[in-house]
Amino acid sequence: MNIPGDLKYTEDHEWIRVEGSVGYVGITDHAQHELGDIVYVELPEVDMEVEKDEEATSIESVKAAAPVNSPVSGKIVEVNEDLEDEAELINKDPYEAYIFAVELSDPSELDDLMDADAYKEFLEK
Amino acid sequence: MFPYLPQTEGDIKEMLEVIGANSVDDLFADIPDDIYRKEPLNLPKGISEYDVYKKMSALAQKNKRGVSFLGCGSYDHLIPSVVKHVIKQPTFYSAYTPYQGEISQGVLQSIFEFQTHICELTGLDVSNASLYDGHTAASEAITMALNTRKKADTVIISDTVHPHTLEVVKTFFSDNDVKFKVLQSKNYLTDLDELKKHLDESVAAVLVQTPNFFGYVEDLEGFADAVHENKSLFIISSNPMSLGVLKSQAEWGADIAIGDTQVFGLDKYFGGPTVGYMAATSKLMRKIPGRIVGQTVDKDGERAFVLTLQAREQHIKRERATSNICSNQALAALASAVYLSTVGWTGLKKAVELSSGKAHYLYERLTGECGFNPLAENDFLYEFTVTIPDARDVLKKLEEEGIFGGVPLSRFYPEMKDAVTIAVTEKRSKEEIDRLVDLLKRVVK
Amino acid sequence: MSNKLIFELYSEGRVGYRFPEQDVPAKPVSEFISGGVKREKAASLPQVAEIDVIRHYTELASKSFGVDAGFYPLGSCTMKYNPKINEDVASFPEFADIHPLQSEETVQGMLELIYKTTESLAEITGMKWGTLQPFAGAHGEYTGMKLFKAYFKKTGDTKRTKVLVPTSAHGTNPASAHISGFDVEEVQADERGLVSVESLKEHLSDEVAGIMLTNPNTLGLFEKDIVEIAKLVHDAGGLLYYDGANMNAIMGKVRPGDMGFDVIHLNLHKTFSTPHGGGGPGSGPVLVGDKLIPFLPVPDVKKEGDTYVLDCSKPDTIGRISGFYGNIGVIVRAYAYILAMGSDGLKKASEMAVLNANYLKERLKATYHLAYDNTCMHEFVLSAETMKEEFGVSALDVAKALLDKGIHPMTIYFPLIVHEAMMIEPTETESKQTLDHFADVMLEIYKKAKDNPEQLKAAPVLTPVKRIDEVQAAKKPVLRWISE
Repeated sequence: MNIPGDLKYTEDHEWIRVEGSVGYVGITDHAQHELGDIVYVELPEVDMEVEKDEEATSIESVKAAAPVNSPVSGKIVEVNEDLEDEAELINKDPYEAYIFAVELSDPSELDDLMDADAYKEFLEK
Repeated sequence: MFPYLPQTEGDIKEMLEVIGANSVDDLFADIPDDIYRKEPLNLPKGISEYDVYKKMSALAQKNKRGVSFLGCGSYDHLIPSVVKHVIKQPTFYSAYTPYQGEISQGVLQSIFEFQTHICELTGLDVSNASLYDGHTAASEAITMALNTRKKADTVIISDTVHPHTLEVVKTFFSDNDVKFKVLQSKNYLTDLDELKKHLDESVAAVLVQTPNFFGYVEDLEGFADAVHENKSLFIISSNPMSLGVLKSQAEWGADIAIGDTQVFGLDKYFGGPTVGYMAATSKLMRKIPGRIVGQTVDKDGERAFVLTLQAREQHIKRERATSNICSNQALAALASAVYLSTVGWTGLKKAVELSSGKAHYLYERLTGECGFNPLAENDFLYEFTVTIPDARDVLKKLEEEGIFGGVPLSRFYPEMKDAVTIAVTEKRSKEEIDRLVDLLKRVVK
Repeated sequence: MSNKLIFELYSEGRVGYRFPEQDVPAKPVSEFISGGVKREKAASLPQVAEIDVIRHYTELASKSFGVDAGFYPLGSCTMKYNPKINEDVASFPEFADIHPLQSEETVQGMLELIYKTTESLAEITGMKWGTLQPFAGAHGEYTGMKLFKAYFKKTGDTKRTKVLVPTSAHGTNPASAHISGFDVEEVQADERGLVSVESLKEHLSDEVAGIMLTNPNTLGLFEKDIVEIAKLVHDAGGLLYYDGANMNAIMGKVRPGDMGFDVIHLNLHKTFSTPHGGGGPGSGPVLVGDKLIPFLPVPDVKKEGDTYVLDCSKPDTIGRISGFYGNIGVIVRAYAYILAMGSDGLKKASEMAVLNANYLKERLKATYHLAYDNTCMHEFVLSAETMKEEFGVSALDVAKALLDKGIHPMTIYFPLIVHEAMMIEPTETESKQTLDHFADVMLEIYKKAKDNPEQLKAAPVLTPVKRIDEVQAAKKPVLRWISE
């Protein structure tokens, strides 16, 4: 299972990559593997305010639908429009295919998230 | 003694031996004794097939058929013989929902064809395998709008929409913090200026019906622009037979089209089964409730059909699903699809043409020589409303002559004492229409 | 075999149906509607001759599978035989040709049908009265949840916003509770596969409106603590909803009303033998105990002397839930079934359903893993989990292998609490010979899974199409035919 060291993780299997004041959010390799062939990603609306751990959008495979929660609070500033036509990008490279980007309203929330080692341990439990 | 139960005494004995039980009753040992039923149910004992036939026949005879001029959501159209022959095919009617695509290609393809029929008629991009009826379809359409406009909580419904639709929808959302505004019509037509007054950011959807409940054809020019400028969704309910001559929902700019396909090959059957149809723009594809069939390929690359977009559905999403609908009206939808395939576009136009011609012939005679006032002088196709003094008594007298002369609107609106809505389909002959006129002349003072 | 859509058979000039000639002096429709409302674009409907229609649909029928074609042990769906007399009586024109807005005097047969069917179903379920309006089971669940809401609104107990649902429940239960404005809380099953009384106690509070249960549950097990569960829920001020999907196990043996349930829906297309129609129309009557009668939907049917009347004057009603009176055409068939079976036949039907299920379970449990080894009711759940680990053969593969044997597969991947679930419900209308044949085929499939898993994974090969690409269907949805 691929777990890059430079990201932060949630217990709901989202990852976040922080670049300045913006966090890019996607789902982990483990999550894409569990879901199987992803067929659709509902992209959230840009400018929407999200709370930490609140459902921001959802993702569908043939036989499952899963919510994607925002790991942090803030405003959605960008969505990955490539996923509109190619949802399978998440299967191919889950850490490249971010879903949305949030402008962090409270960077200290990042401290609550797991690092790669903690997430690895969490998965093994 | 029960032909539907094939187990012989010998079978039962052998099966119990394999199970290791002494009696069939042993298998029910988990039922606590204090609720285990020792008495037989208080129902008559079973009877023979012929006795069932006689009893059901006697029950049926207590209903009265008549020459029908009734409409208001259920119509007496012609049904080609092929329709009933097709839906009697045992592999259609005794099948379950086509989960196992490889042995359900027939049912799946027939649903795919139904979806295509509905898309063609409404002009919209996507449709589903059908909903319960046209009234409950309105609740589902409004749910889609509320899920699209998440911050809005108000729905505007024209007062010319079928009153049962309004009631069904109000029941549906009675516990969901949704507000309804019933839009007052002008001369029994939905009023655009009035609508504009009520449009604000709280409005998720606007629902209108054409031809409306009174039979009048709504002119919806400018409606879609106003609704869309307000970022709301525009829902149009239509008797789909009318789409043979009237603008389709797509041509009016609707986001969602709904209605009831009873007019296509279905018996009136006291209101059900019928079929609710729904179509929407491709943007709303993943918000459409119910079953949807898609075209794909099998592993050899051959065209195949399959239930798709199932991740939306309640067996996957459970409490996160936005609709709880899991069945559809498949066999009834099949009847409608066979009807449309049989009559085709020219046949559909012909049915509307014939019906409308007859309705206008009757209307001319009723408002002319009979002197009844129309409720309004608006355009209509094959259903219209006139005022007949002492309507209920008059209709009663017609009924005694074997004619169901129209629906008294006092059934829906107590204050509309003498208004009668009359529908004339292609099934009515000139002779029947003339007889209605003659009787009316005789019984109305 | 032709594989064409009816739209692809289009042939300019063909006519499938001849309408009568216009016999009144009439102007064309274009002259009495204004230009602005006229349709601009023609619809591309098929244009075929009558024989084309029949050949096309006969072909489609040959590519479908129903109970009439073979064994259909689809768990939770009660695919019992659909008696033919029901179809015959349902086609009486004095039923089929009745308009929903005819006067009460002219529809006495319909009203009597509704009244007597309601009465019979109330007796079978141990309830007091009900409504036949719900179009389907899920629609019945929604109606039941609305009754919950109305009841607590009336009693002023509006902080009851939660509905408890076991993890093994049908997916429609939580969905129905949710769309009716409730929050759903899941109750875990214990090691017996039953609702845990202890865990239930933890969930109960003055915020709980009630619980939705099916009994027997979706594992085919009877919730033997039901009397205690009912008492606990009632004592906590809540109500009990019975999902009647599994009613076929208990007719004449035990009644939901006697178990303590306040409201129940039935699936006439399951328990009462009406055809499933390829997905509908069904019918989901709702029956209630005394305290929920005032809230039932309108119109209700009442008997006044020898006359039946429609009653819309119920001040506390939840309102109208369907356009008219429900799927009456389905109710006619169910009533004919109740008449044919009677009190003795319905009881025997449930007994034979349970016998058939237990017999099949015994024949299969030494080979397949049985999720909960107990006496079952009308259905049982096997798991392919160990098969999957050992041979790489999943529940889906077993299902597809059955297709090549002319048998409709069981329900797979439900209930969700059993991995690789295979849920088998034979129903009472199948003979021992049919069950033996099925068991033999299942054992043969197991052997093949062990000896030659690759061959099994290639199944089906004898069906009109091979395994279908569902991923492509969902990824790039093609939901309609488009004319070229």
